[in-house]
Amino acid sequence: MTPRSTYQRLLGYAGWLVVILILGFLILPAAVVTIAAFNDKAILSFPPQAWSWRWFERALAYPDFRTGFQNGLIVTAWSSSIALIIGAMFAFVVDRYQFAFKRVIEGVLVSPLVIPHFTVGLGFLILAAQIGWSRGFSVVVACHVVLVLPFVLRSVYVSLRNLDPSYELAAASLGATPLRVLLTITVPLLLPGLVSGWLFAAILSFNEFTASLFVTSQRTQTLPVAMYNYVREFADPSMAALSVMYIVATAILIAFANRFLGLGKVLNIEQSH
Amino acid sequence: MTNPAPTTREDAAVTFDGVSKNFGDVKALDTVSLAIGRGEFMTLLGPSGCGKTTLLKLAAGFLAPDGGTVAIGGKCVNDVPTYKREIGMMFQNYALFPHMSIAENIAYGLKARHVPRHEIRQRVTEALALVKLTGMEDRKPRQLSGGQQQRVALARALVINPTVLLLDEPFSALDKNLRASMQVELREIQRKLGLTTIFVTHDQSEALSLSDRMAVMSEGKIRQLGTPLEIYRRPGDRFVASFVGDTNCLRGELLSVAGLEAVIALGSVQIKVPPDRFSGARASAPVELFVRPERLRISAPGEPGTMTGKIVAHTYHGGHVDLQIACRACGDGLLLVRSAGDQAMTRWPPGTEVGISIDAEDCAAFPVAW
Repeated sequence: MTPRSTYQRLLGYAGWLVVILILGFLILPAAVVTIAAFNDKAILSFPPQAWSWRWFERALAYPDFRTGFQNGLIVTAWSSSIALIIGAMFAFVVDRYQFAFKRVIEGVLVSPLVIPHFTVGLGFLILAAQIGWSRGFSVVVACHVVLVLPFVLRSVYVSLRNLDPSYELAAASLGATPLRVLLTITVPLLLPGLVSGWLFAAILSFNEFTASLFVTSQRTQTLPVAMYNYVREFADPSMAALSVMYIVATAILIAFANRFLGLGKVLNIEQSH
Repeated sequence: MTNPAPTTREDAAVTFDGVSKNFGDVKALDTVSLAIGRGEFMTLLGPSGCGKTTLLKLAAGFLAPDGGTVAIGGKCVNDVPTYKREIGMMFQNYALFPHMSIAENIAYGLKARHVPRHEIRQRVTEALALVKLTGMEDRKPRQLSGGQQQRVALARALVINPTVLLLDEPFSALDKNLRASMQVELREIQRKLGLTTIFVTHDQSEALSLSDRMAVMSEGKIRQLGTPLEIYRRPGDRFVASFVGDTNCLRGELLSVAGLEAVIALGSVQIKVPPDRFSGARASAPVELFVRPERLRISAPGEPGTMTGKIVAHTYHGGHVDLQIACRACGDGLLLVRSAGDQAMTRWPPGTEVGISIDAEDCAAFPVAW
């Protein structure tokens, strides 16, 4: 340790205090909700006087939440997978080929980033009503594909940019047909990018509320929509309990993603030249 | 040389015939023709942007020519995709597949050819033995050193028995000692297999030491084609003279052209050179004379037939000493003189006036006007 003046030491403590305050502010809402979730009373009050797990039981047992969760999984699985396929193909074409209106196509593909979610949702609602598209899962999935596509596209595009073209050229020089190069070299080397793109899309889709509110029906409502409908009628802590489970589940998913991408380094899939 | 230049087109393993390639407005290759003989080690040498890598990519099929034909084994391959060309290629960064083991890397080309499994295993083992890496089968590329990675890349390219081996600056990532030993090893394997090889480099000493023949390129054209000895001793133009090897450029003027010699004056010193480049040149036309540093001799000042100069600095290189000499014939630049051994440092300390004589044998003279 180098010797420090009292002034410098005070400055150091102040710095730590600011950092702790900022971090505390960031987790404050989640902390409040978590504590409220264990309140024994049937109102969303803070701080609780008595503690209980019963709102967790009620949240897990509530039929709308159960179907909302299942619907959410269905919508997420379909929309992020479809977005991954479309996004990967577009990213590949945009990265590898020169063609007219390339910039325009890129612009359209990332445009949902700047268009508000309620606009997309409203658009799909009007469209579905106009062409007699039944308000089933297909509308919700289509809407979510549009919303998450830019993120998948970015993720795959960045991985493609970072892929050294000499791997594919080397494979071709060794006699591999273009299809073989794609399956044995390109896709395996892009795998971390594809998986992280898919996971990102899945988390976004599962949490999406604004557009989903427009395009879901009673039958297809996703978990955030079900939560919104619940909170309009009741004000008990089961909402908070559900939120806690939500946070834990998402955290586990992200930890898994991190683990998987970390695994990419172990497999030496990253570029290290 | 062991592998003479091809005498007929059927004799050639690879031919480029009037090949052109443009990138936008840039002429990367301008009607280049080159025939490479079977078993020949051909080097494409030039500064970056000269078109050497483009020429290699045309041979590999990574690019298609805008004009002219590329032929491998006497057959035009303009429309043959890379994977059907039976080439072996080594990349600057080796491009070993990071998600595969060493054995899988080497087996890749054999699997693409649907070679039976037991034969693949046998040939991979042989290839690893050839590059002295037996026992490394299960390692991943990143667990190997740079030199070992390069050997794997070589084994991977050789195991498919290619008709041509293409090398894209494969030594540039290695340190100096390793580079020298890898060069020797590569050349030995190449000779043993009698493998036609095209080698791209910007390193002129690498080109001189490895090649059967070399093509010196600049601005999309081959400036000179010949054996390393021809290129070094008889450079065809000013670019080749200054790009290949160290050289001094001296300014003089043409005195006369008569019969079998042209006489050039450098101050009071007269040099006789072959007359072919000076037909039609008028007397007293300006001339540039390129002289290798080892072809200059230092003597006492004022000796007849010597230029006068003053030693500015020495640089010691172990086996030889480079002397920088201020000399009027050089203009503002310094004359570089290479002296074997180390006596030059004590005999001619900085500040000494010396006489410099030119060994006319290996001078290359070019008229300046064009």
